[in-house]
Amino acid sequence: MPSVRFRLNGVETDVDADPDRSLLDILRGQLGMTGPHFGCGAGECGACNVMIGDRAVAACDVPLWSVAGKDITTPEGLGSAEQPHPLQRAFIAEQALQCGYCVSGILMSAAALLKRNPAPTSREVKEALDGNLCRCGSHNRMVRAVLRAADEMGAR
Amino acid sequence: MNQPAPKLPVSLAANPKLSSWLKISAQGQVTVSPGKVEIGQGIVTALAQIAADELDIDISRVQMVRASTDASPNEGVTSGSLSVQQSGRAMRHACAEVRQIFLQAASERLGVAIDALDVEDGTISGPGNVTTSYWELAEEVSLDRDATPDIKPKLTARRALAGHSVQRIDIPDKVFARPRFIHDWALPEMLHGRVLRPENARAKLTGLKEDGARAIAGLVAVVRDGSFAGVVSETEHGAEAALQALRKGATWSDGEPLPDESDLAAFLKTQPSESTVIDKRTAPSPRASTRTIRQQYTRPYIAHASIAPSCAMAQWRGDRVHVWTHSQGVYLLRADLALVLKLPAENITVEHLEGAGCYGHNAADDVALDAALLAKAAGGRPVRVQWSREGEMSNSPFGAAMAIEIEADLDAQGDIVDWRHSIWSNGHAARPGRAAQPALLAGFELEAPFPRTISTNPPQANGGGGDRNAIPLYDLPSWHIESHRLTTMPIRTSALRTLGAQGNVFAIESILDEIAAERGEDPVAFRLRHLGDERAKDVIRAVAKRAKWKPERQPGVGYGIAFARYKNTGAYCAVVAEIEGAEDISVRKLTLAVDVGEAINPDGVINQIEGGAIQATSWVLKERVRFDRQRITSNSWTEYPILRFSEVPDIEVELIQRSETDPVGAGEAAHGPVTAAIANAVFDALGVRVRHLPFTRDSLIAAMEKTS
Repeated sequence: MPSVRFRLNGVETDVDADPDRSLLDILRGQLGMTGPHFGCGAGECGACNVMIGDRAVAACDVPLWSVAGKDITTPEGLGSAEQPHPLQRAFIAEQALQCGYCVSGILMSAAALLKRNPAPTSREVKEALDGNLCRCGSHNRMVRAVLRAADEMGAR
Repeated sequence: MNQPAPKLPVSLAANPKLSSWLKISAQGQVTVSPGKVEIGQGIVTALAQIAADELDIDISRVQMVRASTDASPNEGVTSGSLSVQQSGRAMRHACAEVRQIFLQAASERLGVAIDALDVEDGTISGPGNVTTSYWELAEEVSLDRDATPDIKPKLTARRALAGHSVQRIDIPDKVFARPRFIHDWALPEMLHGRVLRPENARAKLTGLKEDGARAIAGLVAVVRDGSFAGVVSETEHGAEAALQALRKGATWSDGEPLPDESDLAAFLKTQPSESTVIDKRTAPSPRASTRTIRQQYTRPYIAHASIAPSCAMAQWRGDRVHVWTHSQGVYLLRADLALVLKLPAENITVEHLEGAGCYGHNAADDVALDAALLAKAAGGRPVRVQWSREGEMSNSPFGAAMAIEIEADLDAQGDIVDWRHSIWSNGHAARPGRAAQPALLAGFELEAPFPRTISTNPPQANGGGGDRNAIPLYDLPSWHIESHRLTTMPIRTSALRTLGAQGNVFAIESILDEIAAERGEDPVAFRLRHLGDERAKDVIRAVAKRAKWKPERQPGVGYGIAFARYKNTGAYCAVVAEIEGAEDISVRKLTLAVDVGEAINPDGVINQIEGGAIQATSWVLKERVRFDRQRITSNSWTEYPILRFSEVPDIEVELIQRSETDPVGAGEAAHGPVTAAIANAVFDALGVRVRHLPFTRDSLIAAMEKTS
């Protein structure tokens, strides 16, 4: 089996697996990363979003071979309770979820947005999150949380 | 006059042993075990608030235990917006009594009268600086005793936490991606299973070649029992591959025909059904009517469409099985598992783990049986089964389609003198654990199958099903409410948020709007004139004020109002919708006023109302389960679109806090009024009455053609 090498949350990682398998399958099934959530397996809901470089992409829709040499961030790599990312602080402050299953993917989309646009408008946040589905109806809180995080990051 | 004897709250009367609700440790922790479960609604936090308040402890000392049939009180099912009402009251009472028991023990130890004792964060102190604590007394106080009815919980004014927006205790795990969902749990030695299901509705498995699946690396077992078939593999990836191979080797019968999706009303009204008069009111002196308005409203089948597909784990040890599930009712699921597995209930442990958002009876219970059946072939190792997106969207029960007809007789002034409301729909409930036969999907597929459950309706006393909210809250002189429940069920239906209330409120609030408009009467004034209940009037007045009713009309923009009290006994909710309409409808803003009695966690209530309003907007603008005559075709997000971020309206919620009134749930209050408010706003904007959900471009064109 050929080995594919990439950086996962800052750590050099080698994976021996069929290179056509999806990144999500490898992250969850082989590397024990449960942050990216399976939702549809067709790149339609965003629950499994991760960041590849500065872009948020659905890990279920990305073959392993295509991430060779890339920088991958999963929700686990965004921050921790001890050192939270401003987005994580903001989602708690705004109580921006109900069930929370979609949140890990939404955090990835939002983090990618703030990298390329540190001061987005509400409309820009909604556009950036348009590929992420939320069924509980926490959308407006999530938009507020992203704007709050942007404010906090801008103020630093 | 005799005072009625005090009674225990219902959940506590059914599970009186105090230690089944809470335990206090010498280490300063209080473990609280409700029978209700977290389904994304924040109930666990609200119950922790109640316990901490009643015991006078800091909320950080409270550890909430997940429901399990091994230890938890049996509180039936977490549904119907009843969790705060039922579990909350029981918890409050149990904690108040436990506090009293500890004060008694402290009084004896310290030689101080109970009345002279105070509790602060578990430390009990009395005059002269004598102190002890729950923790010191924990070893000597037994809570293995039954609750008694005479205990009086604290007065509202003395509660420190209830009524405050405490942060939800489950949110940090979810934001920091720590495994909390059932989907993210891994048990030692865990295997993965997948179940093969037909494309065509209820097709039977007539042949199965297993060699392809058996050739896949990691395969542990191929399982078949009648039309139920599945695979077990060392890895999830291997299970998926084996399932694909198994599908190639499967042959199926044709299945059973589905109705014509283009005319659901005709289908519903021509099926065999059981008719029930739900309510009847006769006017003492009937007034003459001069004309009748008669309208028909429909809603399609609606999918739960949770973001996660259903998932479960099961592990056998001899003739005992342990099941991990995101079911809404661990005891009810256990009862049905016992029927299918032909085991005594004591041999089955059903333990709750959180799933993604749950909006009613979804496939959580079905997949639990799938896991139990596949795990039989796993040699004692646990098996995790997860459905596919396609399976989730086609094999889960759906919210039932409805046709509703209202006839209103009007007098010469356009006032309502008589009212007839008829509903045609499948039943709205086929939950497990309620009948002599199991209601779990795989049970219908076995070699010796159980008969397919035909959904029924809960009685009006429990809020009704298809007839939920069909009895007007308005003071009309006479009415006749009738429900026709189908006794055939080609498409599987069961409880989805609000049951029939969304359809009925849509119909009632739409036709009232039409009648008011024809009279030239303001719809707010019209509603207030027909309501006696002051709490109902208050939410309508509050929403009208908040939305500055009625805003000036602009081209293409319209405003609509609607109101309901969920189940006629629950939360009051009034809504003003602002929509923009041309070829498509977009909802720009929803303003809501809500009264849930005492709001234990106000932000939690607002979160539930916002979520309900957004989900309802999605139902109204987009959602419809699609099928041809053979199979469900809306089995992906492309075929079953839901509202996206860019389409979500702004939402404002005004909460009317009534801290002296018993709390009721908030999760289902908004759906009906939001639906009708949008419909009424469409009329305001475009001059056309839309009576068939969802309000897509096609249904708008059809409504316009009918009008012109």
